[in-house]
Amino acid sequence: MALDGNAIGGMLLEIFATDMTSAEATCARCGAVRPVAEELVYLRGPGTVVRCRRCTSVLMVISRVRGLNCVDLSGMEALEVKAASD
Amino acid sequence: MTSPVSRGFHRRRGPAGAEAGKLPPGQHATTDFPVLSAGPTPHVPLTEWTFSIRRGGQALRSWTWPEIQGLPAETVTVDIHCVTRWSKLGTVWRGVPVRTLLDQVGYDAPHVLAFSDGGYTTNLPIGDVSDGRAWLAFDYDGQPLAPEHGGPARLLVPHLYFWKSAKWVRGLELLDRDQPGFWENYGYNNYGDPWREQRYAGD
Repeated sequence: MALDGNAIGGMLLEIFATDMTSAEATCARCGAVRPVAEELVYLRGPGTVVRCRRCTSVLMVISRVRGLNCVDLSGMEALEVKAASD
Repeated sequence: MTSPVSRGFHRRRGPAGAEAGKLPPGQHATTDFPVLSAGPTPHVPLTEWTFSIRRGGQALRSWTWPEIQGLPAETVTVDIHCVTRWSKLGTVWRGVPVRTLLDQVGYDAPHVLAFSDGGYTTNLPIGDVSDGRAWLAFDYDGQPLAPEHGGPARLLVPHLYFWKSAKWVRGLELLDRDQPGFWENYGYNNYGDPWREQRYAGD
């Protein structure tokens, strides 16, 4: 069952050390732009898979291998993170 | 009257009774059947469903759903082991041995890549699917395999971690050179033997 990106907000915070749910992901396949919070998330597998809500293409895969988080972002054309205020 | 004094915590011992010897290291038994998916559940009408054995992207042979149903099927009772650490003992499946399908095309490749609706793939040595230990399974527990568990048909390779038992499988690509599948590309073991606890690359 798919959840949304809020379900991995804590995991992304641990990895990126900033809130990533508001980051805007651009799908490399269909070009849709959405906040990570709105993308489809499949948590119950060997790893975590984030898919484009429009075309279901894989945007991001996170696998935790022997305590290391491995993050693949190759399904995104861009991932825009708002800079913390100066 | 129940004593208010806690008897304390006890270290959990290894599996006992019926589970003894059936659980690979690091696994626990479940009576549920957890649904694990890396994507949405596809719904392909059986009239459009085929299973193909391909080489170089070209189908050597394809079977329709009625053709698969017309082949000799086996009912098997097997234990399944998921890399997320649950095992389910004594599961009952019905399906056609993959060996039967391979024998109908003839094959000389050392590897296969199973491919599924939705784009999922997983790789296996040919010997692990051609020796009678792998099935194209379409019934579970006496009922048609539910879509969330991979129906109408999934690969069943119970001697390996369950990500190798591709849900919604649509065929096998014969390969001269091994090619990692979806989870194998993301750090999971290329072979996935639960008894050797081959969870991750290098295990």
